[in-house]
Amino acid sequence: MAELNTGDGGGKKGGGKVRSKKQNSKVDLTAMVDLAFLLITFFMLTTSLSKPKSMDLGMPPKDDSTEVNTDIKVDQKRTVTVILGDNNQIKWFHGLLETPEPGGSPATIGYGKEGIRKVLLPRVTSIAEYCKTRPDYKEGNGMIVIIKPTKKATYKNLVDILDEMAISKVPTYAIVNDLTDPEKKLAEELNKSAE
Amino acid sequence: MAKIKMSKKATSIDMTAMCDVAFLLLTFFILTATAKAPEPLPVDTPASTVDVKLPETGLVTLTVGKSEGKDKVFFGMKDRDVRLKTLELMGAKYGVTFTPAEAAQFELIDEFGVPIEGLKQVIAMKSADRNKAGVQPGVPMDSLNNQLKDWIYTARQANIELGKNKDLDFAIKGDAKQEYPQIKKIMDILQDQKINSFNLVTGSRGKDY
Repeated sequence: MAELNTGDGGGKKGGGKVRSKKQNSKVDLTAMVDLAFLLITFFMLTTSLSKPKSMDLGMPPKDDSTEVNTDIKVDQKRTVTVILGDNNQIKWFHGLLETPEPGGSPATIGYGKEGIRKVLLPRVTSIAEYCKTRPDYKEGNGMIVIIKPTKKATYKNLVDILDEMAISKVPTYAIVNDLTDPEKKLAEELNKSAE
Repeated sequence: MAKIKMSKKATSIDMTAMCDVAFLLLTFFILTATAKAPEPLPVDTPASTVDVKLPETGLVTLTVGKSEGKDKVFFGMKDRDVRLKTLELMGAKYGVTFTPAEAAQFELIDEFGVPIEGLKQVIAMKSADRNKAGVQPGVPMDSLNNQLKDWIYTARQANIELGKNKDLDFAIKGDAKQEYPQIKKIMDILQDQKINSFNLVTGSRGKDY
């Protein structure tokens, strides 16, 4: 650092000249550096963290032609249906609604770690193992989640459930918009109880 | 007895260089930070754990939100050349002619939400007035007057006519509280044009969610 003062207070005793007191030119930069680094941190974080993220969503192509086989037979042991309802509530069941798989009868649950993930995570592994025992096993076969949003569901619910798919690594999932009549009943029940 | 003297080190450290570096970095980050563009329809996007960034170019954003109790959709294109070409094609389709000055002003608009009949007035406004809540009513998208569909269609057309080899990406930027039927309507409009893959804009949240 540039030091201009040499020998502060080294004047001769009793000398004739009165020297003006030289001030120390050293400035304490600690506070300034602190501030600078604080601002650097702020700008670094805000530039990279505020960028919006995007979630890719592929929808099955809509077929206008009617002759395509609409009902592909899927093992009901592999399917889990989630109905998104009002007030951040989910109704889920495993298998068919009429004859649910053991432990998979329709139930109401919430989102997040304590909610739907507790249902999905164990089933992802158990269904994958079940699929491997099947004679018609193909690579990548596993759980199929059918997401059925009702009219009362919000966009946040949709993003949350898709996020949940990514977290639980569900191999196959689809958003289906039409509910069957018994499912509609279930959804109504769900939306009513939330009110 | 001779005492062993400890050499005293200076307690103050020369911080000039450190200060220089700090301010250099600070300047760099300030200059590279892009100011957030004002949004005519502010939405609160839901959070997710995905870590894929939204593309910077070749993107069309459909902002879905509620303002003053009404569902509104705003249309925004990222690329300026696509904006110009789309305006030209849309003008031709709806019989509205835009002067070069208006087109140049439109090129600077990130997002808008007016029927094409009212686009001239919005272009003439100052940017601060334009982005006030309630000024723009949203792009019409009902079955009788589906301008949103035409905007999407012409934007893609413009993209092809400009000779870009990458198709436009479409992103839906919805408000967290937006009800699903409105989102579905947008998805249906996109899917009617065989756009089956699109982005959902989300914020980020912690990994341990």
